[in-house]
Amino acid sequence: MESANPSIKDLLAPYVGATGGLLSSLRAVNDALGHLPPETEEIAAEVFNLSRAEIKGVISFYADFRRTPPTGPTVRLCVAEACQAAGGRQVERELKAAYSEADISAFGGGTSGDVDQAACAIDYRPVYCLGLCSVAPAALVGDRLVGRANLERIKTCLAAAGEKTR
Amino acid sequence: MSQQPVRFFLPCDSAAISLGADEVAQAMTTAAAADGVRVEIVRTGSRGMHWLEPLLEFECEGVRHGIGPVNPDDAASILRAVVSGKLDLPNAIGPVEEVPFFARQQRLIFSRCGVIDPVSHHQYVDHGGYEGLACALTKTPQEICDIVLNSGLRGRGGAGFPAGIKWKTVADAVDDQKYIVVNADEGDSGTFADRMIMEGDPFLLLEGMIIAGLATGATTGFIYLRSEYPIAAEILSRAIATAYDHGMLGADVKGSGKRFDVEVFIGAGAYICGEETSLLNSLEGKRGEVRAKPPIPALEGLFGKPTLVHNVISLCSVPGILQMGAAAYRNVGVGKSTGTMPFQLAGNVKYGGLFEAGFGVTLGELVNDIGGGVRVGSGVRAVQIGGPLGAYLPPKLFDLPMDYEKMLAAGAGVGHGGIVVFGDDVDLLEQARYAFEFCAEESCGKCTPCRIGAVRGVEVMDRWRAGDDPAAQRELIEDLCEVMVDGSLCAMGGMTPIPVQSAIKHFPEDFVPPAAKRDAAE
Repeated sequence: MESANPSIKDLLAPYVGATGGLLSSLRAVNDALGHLPPETEEIAAEVFNLSRAEIKGVISFYADFRRTPPTGPTVRLCVAEACQAAGGRQVERELKAAYSEADISAFGGGTSGDVDQAACAIDYRPVYCLGLCSVAPAALVGDRLVGRANLERIKTCLAAAGEKTR
Repeated sequence: MSQQPVRFFLPCDSAAISLGADEVAQAMTTAAAADGVRVEIVRTGSRGMHWLEPLLEFECEGVRHGIGPVNPDDAASILRAVVSGKLDLPNAIGPVEEVPFFARQQRLIFSRCGVIDPVSHHQYVDHGGYEGLACALTKTPQEICDIVLNSGLRGRGGAGFPAGIKWKTVADAVDDQKYIVVNADEGDSGTFADRMIMEGDPFLLLEGMIIAGLATGATTGFIYLRSEYPIAAEILSRAIATAYDHGMLGADVKGSGKRFDVEVFIGAGAYICGEETSLLNSLEGKRGEVRAKPPIPALEGLFGKPTLVHNVISLCSVPGILQMGAAAYRNVGVGKSTGTMPFQLAGNVKYGGLFEAGFGVTLGELVNDIGGGVRVGSGVRAVQIGGPLGAYLPPKLFDLPMDYEKMLAAGAGVGHGGIVVFGDDVDLLEQARYAFEFCAEESCGKCTPCRIGAVRGVEVMDRWRAGDDPAAQRELIEDLCEVMVDGSLCAMGGMTPIPVQSAIKHFPEDFVPPAAKRDAAE
């Protein structure tokens, strides 16, 4: 825990004085560490000379800021109207069935299943619009945009992402 | 091996990439190496015909021809066909600009999108770029404001407020610092015009911002971009760096001695930040809660300074207006809805994409003639216009023209020009419930009717679906909607009732609970 502190501070520091610096600095930590560790609040409060309540208020407001690390490759499926119209709800159901609830860390909460399942665990969160409404349903698997998403295409992207990390 | 490389054009637009454009580029390069052919692949924006993506183009006697959608596995055969000139490919579409979907458009804003390399300064200039700015530099701030006012341009984000009035307000405000803030938090489902222009012709947005700066006296601009658009973020950043390198941004814009700086600011995943006051709070690094108006942002905006907050497409319309003149612009469109709008066809639609046309085109023309109706199923049952806070309309209203006033009179709105098409599988009660669910998820929490009302709305819809005294639920919903409209500071709470009430009004059959339907059948 202690060893992480200097790095969080280093990530935050360049944004002091920048326009909207707090938001950008939290993004930098979130991107670098995959989430905002609990001590981020205290460190950011000190770095930006704000109260912890203010920092917590900002962190809790935005969907991008995660309190817990991803439990597997991230899958974000658009659940907004255009994707609903093109069968997005069905894709979401299929995704949830293929990766049992235990394997899905919805909204960044909960944990993945036991160790055996960890290999197939995904970190699923819905997203409201990826701007791919004309090629709906849309998904974001890792950093790969997927138009006309279906379970097969999502699985293919997950496999490719797995290859890359190996 | 020939000296001139065979040149291909392939979009780097998110929609094209989501359908495999990068893989096509890779496969073409590999195939060229195998055949010993020199190829150059120019990454462009998208033409907006997304059912053809990835759409690969090449030049044939000065005319761009297209092949699409391209499968990376076909790269070798495509390359051989193009090199040999024997284009017997099943997915060859001929001259791209002769495709009816494209030929029928009036592209004032998207004229370069899909044509040029989006971050090439020279290609931008060669295709008429910065001509609007050149014109603006010969005018006084007052004259620029007058041109924008006289053009009749209205804010394209959804509210449709006359742009010129906003410009004049900021221009007349006296302060040592003013700002241009671009609202690129395009969160409405069914809309992607901002994304496409930022990915396909980002200099146009910068040019619009610079002109706005000249007119209002603002020297700093921010582009507030949603985090869901990483490709747009990258292209914008490269475009900004290029604009600085060529002296279009910085201390001496185009040698005029005037300063203008631009920065991109990435949001953090909050729909409400598309609301202008919430956006300003977010840009200040705070929670994106809405502010009460007045004071209006034009007088007290970012850090309390006069701020022109504009949607991407509003600003992208400006260089063209300066170029063609206010009167010519006003001649496009209909009534008080002047100029063009990039309409976006989305959801369950056969020919999905972006169609730029003058106002006045009817809903039916867009959905059926141009969009080709549904992609899956037997027919169009409903459309939602203008995002999650827009109305659900049935095909019997398809004669409605895209016109701010006429849409308003029909209880709907043009919004940001997005049209989501639903087929016969849509359940409007479910969509009404979702409108509340979305509001509950995305409400900033400042106004009680929005924060709590949305949650109650979901519950009431669930009881309605279950057949638990539907008449009472209907009454509760009507009451709740009235409170939300009257008691919310911004459009999130104030307009969530629009999809709900339009669904109930136009699709009453979906609000008959299953039990009652059964009884009626017996």
